Amino acid sequence: MSVDAETPGRYGRLIQPDRVHGSLYTDPSIFAEELHKIWYRSWVFVGHESEVAQPNDYVRKRLGLQDVILTRDRDGAVHLILNRCAHRGNQVCDDVRGNSSTFRCPYHGWTYRNNGELVGFPFFKGYGTRKLDLSLGRVPRVDSYRGFVFGSFAPDGPGLIEHLGAAAGEIDRLARLSPEGRVQLNAGWLQHQTRANWKLLAENETDGYHPQFVHGSIFGVTGSPIGALYSDASTAVTRNLGNGHSENDLRPEFRKFGEPMRWFGTTESRVPEYVAAMRAAYGTEAECILIEGGPHVMVFPNLFIAEIQVFNIQPVSVGECIQYATAVQLGGAAELNRRMVSQCVGSVGPAGMLLADDTEMYERNQFGIESLAPEWLDIRRGLNRERVDADGFTVGAATDETGMRAFWSQYKTLMEQP
Amino acid sequence: MTSTAESGAALGPVPDGFDRAEVEQFLYREARYADEADYDAWEALWTDDALYWVPVSSTDDPLRQMSVIYDNRSRISTRLNQLRTGKRYAQAPKSNLRRLVSNIEFLGGTANSDGGADLEVGANFLLLESRARGTHLWGGRVTYRLRHKDGALRLAYKKVVLVDDDRPIPTMGFLI
Repeated sequence: MSVDAETPGRYGRLIQPDRVHGSLYTDPSIFAEELHKIWYRSWVFVGHESEVAQPNDYVRKRLGLQDVILTRDRDGAVHLILNRCAHRGNQVCDDVRGNSSTFRCPYHGWTYRNNGELVGFPFFKGYGTRKLDLSLGRVPRVDSYRGFVFGSFAPDGPGLIEHLGAAAGEIDRLARLSPEGRVQLNAGWLQHQTRANWKLLAENETDGYHPQFVHGSIFGVTGSPIGALYSDASTAVTRNLGNGHSENDLRPEFRKFGEPMRWFGTTESRVPEYVAAMRAAYGTEAECILIEGGPHVMVFPNLFIAEIQVFNIQPVSVGECIQYATAVQLGGAAELNRRMVSQCVGSVGPAGMLLADDTEMYERNQFGIESLAPEWLDIRRGLNRERVDADGFTVGAATDETGMRAFWSQYKTLMEQP
Repeated sequence: MTSTAESGAALGPVPDGFDRAEVEQFLYREARYADEADYDAWEALWTDDALYWVPVSSTDDPLRQMSVIYDNRSRISTRLNQLRTGKRYAQAPKSNLRRLVSNIEFLGGTANSDGGADLEVGANFLLLESRARGTHLWGGRVTYRLRHKDGALRLAYKKVVLVDDDRPIPTMGFLI
């Protein structure tokens, strides 16, 4: 590769409007830089408040390469603390989830409150004091939006709302599918090991070009109408939402049919309790919500909401990442929730009839990108027909690579920061 | 689905009429069909009320929580039909597979919808998968429920608990 890692403007050369360089997916030094400039600086999705519903609930999570504990303290506040004893570096928590107000290190018995504060340590005379100026590490900024918990290791910078920008409206659209306006992610997460660079996943999530090819096998077998949403004739659009976020806006297609629940692949007669609860909650607005369905949005860098399922992407190394996947669960929608679990189990995870095939593609891409030539990946599709919509967003056709270009624009901005 | 889907359902005594050698031969045959991607033969082993289930450690209730696989008979058919297209890329090309099934125990009986009792069998397995991604060793515990139907053994239930069901696992496109 001819690009010098140390020269300024490196990312300007590696990331161009119509192509990106293969080393972005394979160079360990770029991955190391990403950890510090993206994963440990930007707002990163970690989990959901509904996973720690009760006081003192906790659940282990991954943030970049960090082992973090998402906790809710006795007063209800949510924290992200690092699973590393301040004394000798041991893990203070080895259960995946549980309920406890404290964590006790097994090595020398140091004990911490679930907000990270050091409560005590045995045999204090050896320190000449009962109080030490030590604590568990904390993710300095933790914030949530509609229960989606994000963490940032940067002590200051843009707030979560500023980072989410227009993507917040898509999370609102998800919440509006609940008669109570409430999303829960409490169905457990599948963990899918993926031997590919994390960016291949982020780029694919709003790539409307691949579904008919990668997923043709399952669309054909089930007679699914999803393929048509991502055809050359589709009226759906791919939208750059700013800050690296993008969506496949399928609403134009669903509006054409005007059928409630078509977005979910069913009819209202199959989920009468849900539809009735929605009409009671939203009145005349309900028809629009029931016809348009949920968002299909990629929130930079690692949260993907695909109508009924949510993905959390976390890196492992330059050539490996983990996809965590779960079903959306909606407050006040028990009837729909079971169906969402069932559909989601069929679709996602290591044996999912959709995501296993996506993951096969990611892994083959990663293998192919190691080839010496060509050196570039092409992201020009739709540049010839992009337009700016009434709200000022750049929009491409359903099958255009507008979402990838949105991703790379934000990536370049972050990576070029000192 | 009823609670019989869950492993916690109370087991009755081992039902009469199940021959150990015949059961073992059946389990080995099922394993061979899966290893050799003989989808038609494998599908023909199942009863109409089949359940094929691969939970993860957090799956307490498969109707409310995520599993890797939770297929009723209809979804088994969909899964196999997808494989038969030859464009199920997670399994096209197919993995090369060989598994060992061992520690076979007759665990008891479970009431079935025919008014009889299915034989519940436990076993351990090790499965070597080779594909372009690399070689992967899968292993775990299998619980089967077997039924006599029209003079032959049939499979009503297969639950596969992976030893690494609490960790990230790679794509599992084949029949486990």
